[in-house]
Amino acid sequence: MSAPKLPNPPAATYNDSAVLTPQDLKLACEQVIAAAGQIVLGKDVELRLALACLLARGHLLIEDLPGVGKTTLAHVLAKTLGLEFRRLQFTSDLLPADILGASVYDRANASFTFHPGPIFTQVVLADEVNRATPKTQSALLEAMEENQVTVEGETYTLPTPFFVIATQNPSHQVGTFALPESQLDRFLMRLHLGYPDAKAERALLTGSDRREALRELPPAISLTTLLSAQSKVPQVHVSDALVDYLQTLLLHSRQSPYFRHGLSPRAGLGLLRAAQAWALIAGRGHVVPEDVQEILPAVAGHRLQAAAEHGDLPTAALMEQLTTVPIP
Amino acid sequence: MSPDELRPATVTRLLLALSLVAAPHVVHLPLWLSIVAVVLGLWRWLVARTARPLPGTLLRVVLTSVVLLAVYSRYGTLFGREAGVSLLIAMLALKLLELKTPRDVYVAVFLGYFLIVTNFLYSQSAFLAAYMFLVVMALTALLIDLNRHQPATVGEDLRVAGRLVVLAVPLMIALFMLFPRVAGPLWGLPKDAHGGLSGLSDEMTPGRISQLGQSNAIVFRASFDGPFPQPQQRYWRGPVLWQTDGERWQAGTATEHRSPLTGLNYETLSEPLQYSIILEPHNRLWLYALDLPASVPPQARLTADFQLHATRPVRERWLYSVASHPDYRTPPLSDEERKRALQLPPEGSPRARAMASRWRLESPNDVAIVQRALQRFRNEPFVYTLQPPLTENDFVDEFIFTTRRGFCGHYAASFVFLMRAAGVPARVVTGYQGGEVNPVGNYLIVRQRDAHAWAEVWLPGQGWTRIDPTAAVAPERVEMSIDTSALGEQVRFHMPNQAWLRQSWQTLSYGWDTFNNAWNQWVLAYGPDRQASLLSWLQGSALPWQVLATLLLAAVFALLLTLILLWLHRERRDSDAATRLYSRYCRKLAHRGLGRAPHEGPTAYAKRVALARPDLALASAQISRLYSALRYAPYPAPVWLARLRYAVRHFRP
Repeated sequence: MSAPKLPNPPAATYNDSAVLTPQDLKLACEQVIAAAGQIVLGKDVELRLALACLLARGHLLIEDLPGVGKTTLAHVLAKTLGLEFRRLQFTSDLLPADILGASVYDRANASFTFHPGPIFTQVVLADEVNRATPKTQSALLEAMEENQVTVEGETYTLPTPFFVIATQNPSHQVGTFALPESQLDRFLMRLHLGYPDAKAERALLTGSDRREALRELPPAISLTTLLSAQSKVPQVHVSDALVDYLQTLLLHSRQSPYFRHGLSPRAGLGLLRAAQAWALIAGRGHVVPEDVQEILPAVAGHRLQAAAEHGDLPTAALMEQLTTVPIP
Repeated sequence: MSPDELRPATVTRLLLALSLVAAPHVVHLPLWLSIVAVVLGLWRWLVARTARPLPGTLLRVVLTSVVLLAVYSRYGTLFGREAGVSLLIAMLALKLLELKTPRDVYVAVFLGYFLIVTNFLYSQSAFLAAYMFLVVMALTALLIDLNRHQPATVGEDLRVAGRLVVLAVPLMIALFMLFPRVAGPLWGLPKDAHGGLSGLSDEMTPGRISQLGQSNAIVFRASFDGPFPQPQQRYWRGPVLWQTDGERWQAGTATEHRSPLTGLNYETLSEPLQYSIILEPHNRLWLYALDLPASVPPQARLTADFQLHATRPVRERWLYSVASHPDYRTPPLSDEERKRALQLPPEGSPRARAMASRWRLESPNDVAIVQRALQRFRNEPFVYTLQPPLTENDFVDEFIFTTRRGFCGHYAASFVFLMRAAGVPARVVTGYQGGEVNPVGNYLIVRQRDAHAWAEVWLPGQGWTRIDPTAAVAPERVEMSIDTSALGEQVRFHMPNQAWLRQSWQTLSYGWDTFNNAWNQWVLAYGPDRQASLLSWLQGSALPWQVLATLLLAAVFALLLTLILLWLHRERRDSDAATRLYSRYCRKLAHRGLGRAPHEGPTAYAKRVALARPDLALASAQISRLYSALRYAPYPAPVWLARLRYAVRHFRP
C-alpha cells in the first residue's frame, strides 16, 4: 500500500513527517543500522531488534557476560540516532536520588531547587542494573514506566524520546540482585549479545580503535524522522488473521506444560508493538506472522520461565515451543 | 476526480443508459418527441466530445417552453399516462443540456430510474421486466462510475452493478411477496391506461362489417381438471343478444341478476366440467364460461340468461374457477322471456318473414322448423367468409336470398330472425368457440380470432338449445380454428401440419405461452388475495396490512444490519478465501515433497521453496506476496484475490 499521492501539498501545512512513506522510513532505519554496524560488528539482528524496541517506545535489557560490547551497542545506538546519551553505572550503594535527582536547599533563594539526576536524558544506559539494590532498581523502573519522575511531590517529565538500555550480568555471578519477574516485564525486549563470530572478532582485534570512531559517529537520522517513525508504529495495520495468530501464541504459552506461567496481556501487547515496529523497519504497512516470529524470542524470552520439570532447557529451546505454533 | 468535473465518457454512458430506458417508449410516443430527444442527446454528446460550451439559459428556456407547448397541444393536458410520460422524456432530454456537474448526472440517473417504472404502465411482460433489469444495471453502473476516483472499464462497473442487482433480488422477492397489497391500486392509474383493450362488444351489426378483424391476442386461457371437452362443446358463452331492429342486435333490457346462486335453475343431465380460467383484462363486465355455468366465482354473478358478470369491469388479469354442465334442460319460459325471445322489428325483410310463415304451416313442430332452416343453409350456396359484402337496406333478406356470404354473425343473426318470424323463441349468443390446446402447459388458449356468434332456440321439453348455423355451412369452423394468415377470399382453416420444422416452432411457441401464463399467474396475478392466503398459510391467520408493514420495516432493518455487518467483515471473508487458495498451493508443493510446516510464514516458506526449486521461485514469491497481502494488509483490493486464484490455478510444481 502506498500512501495516496498528494499533488503539490502546500508546504506550510505539511511537515516532512506527514509525507514519509513506509519506504522512506525503511531507508532511514537501514541507514541507522548500517552506521551502527560499522562499530558493532556482526550484530545486525541485535541492532535491528534494539531499534525496533526504541521505535515501539519500549525499553531494552541486554543480558550477557561482561566485555561482549553491551555498553558499546547502547552508545552506538544513541550516537547514530543523534540522541543525548548518559551512562549510569549501578552499584550496590547507588541510591534512587543518585538517579532521579534531588531537591537541594539553595541558600541564595532560600528555597529548595530540584537538581535533575542523570536519568534526565534521551538514552540512558543503566549499566549492570542487577548490581543495585531493589529499591534503586524500582526507582529506575518506575521512571521507565511513567516517563516521568516524582521527587518530593513534584512531577518532572522526562525528555522524548526516552529510551532505557539496561545491561545486566547473568544473575549467577556474585553480588547481584536479580530483577524480579514483575520488573523484567517492564522491559519490552531482552537481548543476548553473545560472542562475536570469528570474522567479526578478527576485525575487532585487528582494526583501529573503535572508541575513536564512536566519538566521531554522526547521526544517521533526524529527530523528526525518529519521532514520526515512533508515531507511525501503532498505525501499522494488524489484520484479524494476525490477531488470531497472536492469540493462538498467547493461549499456547498459557497452556503449554513447558512454561511455569503464560504470557501476560502486557506481553501480548508488547509482542504486537514490537512486531509493528519490526514491520515498519522492513518497510511494510502491515504485520505478517514472520514479524512476530522474529521478535518473539526477544520479547517473550525474559517473561517466560521453564516449568520445574523442564528447568534445564535453554531459552532458545523454550522459544522454539512458541515459534513452532502453527499459523492459523 | 474533483467533485465538479465531469468526464466525457460519463456523459456518453449516461446518454446510452438513458436511451436504453426510453427505447420501449418509442413505439407509443409521438414520433416528433423521439426525434427531439435523440437530437438533444446527440447535441449533448457532441458538446462532451468537442468540449464546447453548453447552450445558454435563454436558449434553454425557449426550448423548454416550445417542447412543453408541443406536449400540451398534442394531448390537451400534461397529466395522464401518455402526456405524463411524454413530458418526463422531454424534460429529461432537456435536462441533458444543463448537465455540468456529477450532481446533474445523479438527477438524470434518478429520473431514469423513475422512467423505468413508467414502462410498466404500458406492459408488464416478463420480457420487459428482464430488459428493465439490464437497464437498472446500466444506470447503477453509472452511479458506480461517478463514485470512482479512478475511471474503470464499463465492464468492471457493470460487473459491480450486476452484483448489486443480483444481491437485491432476495429483497425484491421478499418485498414482492410481503409488501402490503392494498385492494385496488394505491393511487389511481391514469384514466387512459385502459385504452385500446379489444374484445367483444354488447352489440352486433354483421351487415355493416366488411372485414372481420382477426387478432391473435389472447382472451383467456383455460385449464381443466379432467380431459378437455370436445371441440364441438367448446362454446364459451359471452353476451346474449335479445333485442334487434333487423340489422343490429343488442342485449336489450337489463337482465335480471341472480346473486348469489341459490341452487341451479336448470336440470343437469351430465357430470359438471371443472376448470379455471385466467382472463386477460378487457375492461368489460362479462366472464366467459362454457355452456352452462353451474357455479359463480367470487365477485361475480350469474344472469338469468346464464351469463357470468363481474361486479366491476375486468381491468386486471383475473383467475377464476367455474363448473359447467355441457348437457342440460332449462325450465319453461316466463311470459316476459317469451315476449323478448320473439321480438322482431315491426316491418322489414318481407321475404324472410314469408318463408318463415310457410315453414310454420308446413312443419309439425318447432324442431322441424329448426331442421328446415339448417337444411336451407346447408343446401343453398352459402359461403363462409371473413370479408362479406356489405348489405344495403335489408340485412336479412339480402343475406339469405342474394349475397349468401358471411361469417358467424350473419348466420346467427339471420337464423334467429327466421326462428322468431316462425314463432320459435330464439336469441343470439356471442362469445368464443374452440381454443387451441397448449400441450406444453396443458391448457386451452382462446384468442380474439376465436370470437363467434351462435343461436339458441327454446324448444318445448328441452328448453334453451344451442344451434350453430355456421356449423351447417362450414363445419370445419367449429372443429378447427381459423388460420389468420388466410386474408384472401376463401378462409383456410388451421390444418395440422406434419413438417417437423413447423412442429418444433409450434412446441416453442406453446412453451413461450406456457411461460407467459405462469408469469401472469404467479407474478402479475399476485394481488391482495393471494398475499393474504400466502400469509395465512405461513402464519396461520391473515394479518392486517398495518402489522404487515411494521413487520416488513423490521425485516428491512434487520437485512440492512446484516448487510452492514457483512460489509464490515469483508476483509475477513476475502482473507478466508485467500487462505483456501494458499492451502491449495501448499498441497501442490507437498505432493513434490516440499510441504509447508504449520508454523512457517508465507515469506519464509517461499524462501525455502525458492532454495529447493529455483524454477518455482518467481511464482512462489508472487503467491506468497499476494496471500500475505490479502491476509494481513489493510484494504485488500478485490483484484488481488483474482490474481491469487489465477496464480494458484496455474502453479504447476
